[in-house]
Amino acid sequence: MSTSTTGAAAPKAVSGPLNFIDDRLGSTTFFRRNMKKVFPDHWSFMLGEIALYSFIILLLTGTFLTLWFQPSMHEVVYEGSYTKLNGVKMSEAYASTLHISFDVRGGLLMRQMHHWAAILFMIAIVVHMLRVFFTGAYRKPRELNWLIGIGLFTLGMVEGLFGYSLPDDLLSGTGLRITQGVAESIPVVGTYLYMFLFGGEFPHGTNGEIIPRLFTLHVLLIPGIILALVTAHMMIMWHQKHTQMPGPGRTNDNVVGYPFYPVFMAKTGAYFLFTFGVIALLATFAQINPIWLFGPYDPGAISAGSQPDWYMGVLEGSLRIMPNWETTAFGHTISWNVLVPALGPLGIIFTGAALWPFIEQWVTGDKRWHHTVERPRNAPVRTGVGMAAVTFYGMLWLAGGNDVIAEKFHVSLFATTWFFRFAVFIGPVLAYIITKRICLGLQRSDAATMHHGVEAGVIIMSPEGGFSEKHEPANEQERAVILSKENRTPALPATEKDGIPAPGSKGPLGHLRARLHRYWAIDDIPVEAHDDHHEAEEVEEGKSGRKELTH
Amino acid sequence: MKRFTAWRRRPWAGYAVVLAALAAIGAIYAGFSPRTDRAEAANAAQAAADLANGRQLYNKNCASCHGPNAEGTKDAKGRPLAPSLIGVGAASVDFQVSTGRMPAMNPGAQMPRKPPIPEFNTNIPTDFHDPAQRARAEQQKAQAEKNLADLRNYIQSLGGGPEVPSAEMVDPQGGDVALGGKLFRTNCAQCHNFVGSGGALTGGKYAPPLSNDNVTPTQIYEAMLTGPQAMPVFNDTTLTPEQKKAIIAYVVQTREEPNPGGNGLGRIGPVAEGLTGWLIGLSMLILAAMWLTAKKPKKLKKS
Amino acid sequence: MSDNNLGSNEPMEPGDAAHARNQSPKRVIGTPEQGGRLLATAESEPAPHGAGAELDEAAAKRAERIVALFFLLAALGSVGFIAAYVWSGQQGPNGMHGIEDARASNYALGVAMTVAMLAMAIGVTIWVRRLMTSKQIVQQRGPLRSDEETRAEFEAAFLEGAGDSAVTKRPLLRRTLLLAAAPLGLAPLVLLRDLGPLPEKRLRHTFWGPAVTEAKKHGKQGVRLVVDGAPTQALKVSDFATPGSMITVLPEGIEESHHALNEIAKAVTILINVPADKFKPVKGRENWHVGGIVAYSKICTHVGCPAALYEQTTHHILCPCHQSTFDATDGAKVIFGPAARPLPQLPLSVDKEGYLIATDDFPEPIGPSFWERG
Repeated sequence: MSTSTTGAAAPKAVSGPLNFIDDRLGSTTFFRRNMKKVFPDHWSFMLGEIALYSFIILLLTGTFLTLWFQPSMHEVVYEGSYTKLNGVKMSEAYASTLHISFDVRGGLLMRQMHHWAAILFMIAIVVHMLRVFFTGAYRKPRELNWLIGIGLFTLGMVEGLFGYSLPDDLLSGTGLRITQGVAESIPVVGTYLYMFLFGGEFPHGTNGEIIPRLFTLHVLLIPGIILALVTAHMMIMWHQKHTQMPGPGRTNDNVVGYPFYPVFMAKTGAYFLFTFGVIALLATFAQINPIWLFGPYDPGAISAGSQPDWYMGVLEGSLRIMPNWETTAFGHTISWNVLVPALGPLGIIFTGAALWPFIEQWVTGDKRWHHTVERPRNAPVRTGVGMAAVTFYGMLWLAGGNDVIAEKFHVSLFATTWFFRFAVFIGPVLAYIITKRICLGLQRSDAATMHHGVEAGVIIMSPEGGFSEKHEPANEQERAVILSKENRTPALPATEKDGIPAPGSKGPLGHLRARLHRYWAIDDIPVEAHDDHHEAEEVEEGKSGRKELTH
Repeated sequence: MKRFTAWRRRPWAGYAVVLAALAAIGAIYAGFSPRTDRAEAANAAQAAADLANGRQLYNKNCASCHGPNAEGTKDAKGRPLAPSLIGVGAASVDFQVSTGRMPAMNPGAQMPRKPPIPEFNTNIPTDFHDPAQRARAEQQKAQAEKNLADLRNYIQSLGGGPEVPSAEMVDPQGGDVALGGKLFRTNCAQCHNFVGSGGALTGGKYAPPLSNDNVTPTQIYEAMLTGPQAMPVFNDTTLTPEQKKAIIAYVVQTREEPNPGGNGLGRIGPVAEGLTGWLIGLSMLILAAMWLTAKKPKKLKKS
Repeated sequence: MSDNNLGSNEPMEPGDAAHARNQSPKRVIGTPEQGGRLLATAESEPAPHGAGAELDEAAAKRAERIVALFFLLAALGSVGFIAAYVWSGQQGPNGMHGIEDARASNYALGVAMTVAMLAMAIGVTIWVRRLMTSKQIVQQRGPLRSDEETRAEFEAAFLEGAGDSAVTKRPLLRRTLLLAAAPLGLAPLVLLRDLGPLPEKRLRHTFWGPAVTEAKKHGKQGVRLVVDGAPTQALKVSDFATPGSMITVLPEGIEESHHALNEIAKAVTILINVPADKFKPVKGRENWHVGGIVAYSKICTHVGCPAALYEQTTHHILCPCHQSTFDATDGAKVIFGPAARPLPQLPLSVDKEGYLIATDDFPEPIGPSFWERG
């Protein structure tokens, strides 16, 4: 087990256990092969790690909480150290959460860390997914990991909702009440689902079923699935090797970065500590989910600003801005005002995200393996669609806080609703157009850099007395990054050789594909290496001089 | 300083301050008022004078909107501009004027809380070092209190109505805080939020926060009793004085309660928490990631 | 697909820009900065892959001391955490107790933990950046897909196995096996049946119904309304006479009912005193109010939040969850927001002793819509 070039032996404390395991599993072969595994270095590659480490913290703090938490709706009269609630009837779940907060040393810290970790877990998943999307890192061969990621996000939302519901405080009960209302609105089976979920009527069922059920789902089933998916996600990533940013010496066939042992190991270890530290910092100085202030759940009570955690805000927002459509016919009622917002937006976003890699592949006809990520500007349609989705999500999300917006900025509540009703449709379109324009502008500037070089900051006086700035060729790093752009062909070859139409270009679907393909590439501005920098004046607009893909 | 801060947190501290202030005012007032051995006889005359003062204050500050006889005014189309004040009672006057909502400056969706006009401002600072300045301030304060009382009595004399509650009725330590919490969450939290941080209403109106700077126990009682602006009325037979005292106990004890988990983030619930997670949590971690992956410092290498 | 395989094979680090900028010609004041772009040349030192860079020993020593300092700080943090834990127990008679202790303990434990974690994180980061000598290395990516030969071998083996197992030759075996498996898949679904009762008519009535029936059995005209939170405080008309009043009420006796929480969740009602001149009774409900005193279900018809926010100036009832707005003067008809139906109205009357009473249940199911509602 010696990797050192000098041939010195590893200390006994290392070689002993390793040999013990190796004798039984042959593991050293694996270690030998992987200890120098290369990990590309970029800050945005660490976003997913926030999610991973938050999840570990969630498991640790969550386990701590289960040691005291009582998942029971059995009614008790509180007599404890939070004196303001003495004599109040509440569920054991709520009372035990108060106990954790005020009587268990470190209990409040662990509760707050658990909640902050959950918030950061979901934030990290979102920003990680955005990074992957905008750099095209989901492209073949990584579609499976993209799908797993979407699965993790969905599970995280459900897991978060259930966790939010467990303490049985006023906010969590309100959340459950809304969950019940949404369940009830489902056609045909809604009321059955509702009864089966709650074990009877809201909130107590027949015997206080809902909280024990959610508890089991929250601490066992869903974390188990998340853990399995995270493992699969990591193993696939490990096996496929991470994507890398374009740069000199970086190709689609290699991977450039630091070895796993010792550099990446130390970096990722440090990042775990950073994540842990930041969560501890938030839990120390920023109070989260003060259930003692919300009070125990009471079906007759409600608070202004009853909001879910941020990742459910998009559902809350769509429920708020939906017009009040409802159909009653033949003795049956369909509540479009609940069904559409509950299923529509997230359905569009999740289904769209899941299908996107395959749609893109179909449109571009690109079935190659991609290991170097694409700069967002070099895929304007993708980047535009991504920004449109972000805007759509963002508008619904803001709409979920329209009462806070109305109150803080003193505008009419109904005006905010009307604003979001329009913005949710207009915003994404605008975002798409603007983003695409920006991308093309950046492509143009790249093309110009390749033509003229960059401004050197040196002013030259010509013999005639005129001044001009000296341009020099971009250096190697920049050239490599800029030239990572693939210039696109605007149309599929309509026919293969001998005049036979290419498969997939026939029929309405084929036409659609051809049109989309053309649209995908039509605006593309070719960026090419020019060795001679004096012919710089021509072709900036990309109208002429378009060349075929060279590889 | 620290001891003083701790001392101020004591439940009785507020009362001690109020009592001390009242005693001081009393003493000063006695000092200024003429030696009165014929006080008994003067009482009736004094009451009449006070009422006249109240009426005068009314005519000066209120009559332009509420009408010369407090009957209210209407615009050309018969829509009410300002309500009649007959029968609103002293409690309503005290609430509206002592919170500065009345006299209203400019009509909007809702009359905001503001410092009361000088004639009625009972919150002016009197802790000046200069004795003359202090005496002047204290006199002004006493005059403001008298003005407010006179105006209250004048409106009360027009048609009765709810009276200003006594100090004992609004004692936050005297109420059943657990019951208060239940009643607050059932009847108040829907607008004012679970701890009284305020919330949005329709048409640009809002339920104001119930913080220390915003509302005193007496004003909370008066607001429940009279239902200012959009707020519904909770009269003494719907929510009994005992229940109101419980609600006041809940509001006051809650707003004075420290946040055990750090900064309360405005106590407005998950919106602020999500924002903190995104803005602070995520930025700190991104900075850490940038530092970790930034290029190694060159100068360390042997050149 | 190697369109950018140019330049040297020496890898770059992303932060080389600053370094490179120092080498480029001096900037003239007033010209645009070249920042924001990754301008760089490849690292100049040729180093074999994986070999370490040599460090300046003096600088390395300094870095080592800094790292050690942070590690010591982290150790202090951890010890401090334990100390804070023990110290938290010293407060009050039985360990930690109440809000002030929880606050102190949270700060002490949290600061100690934060210091321990962040100091260690910072220490490791400085260590990686200043003391680790590994350089960037390049690895080749092999093809991910198996070669054609392997695929062909697998296919052959698969078919051979299928043949050996006889599953291809014996359709009866295959089909009956499928038949055997199908019900097995259904069994778990059946098992879930007892998760809860069937809906039946549960959603169609509230506690007001049986309470009114019970009261009528005892010769009363209806059930009295008690203030939510004060189960013995029944309201008289004279108690609730101030226009602009609002209060949450429940049927008398609901607190003692079986599954009280479930019953309250359906029966909770808001009582509003709308000024009589503003009140427009719905057709057929002219005698459901008592001089403008009117009662509506508190459960929003959208998704069931308590719609409790009453503005006495506009007579709007607003649900704070999704802002459905109802008009209290006009049968709680929807005037804004996502709710589709008015809040159900409770028929009110007054008994001989002057108490407000409900004379019947809500005329329709309360709360959110559902399929069978009709």
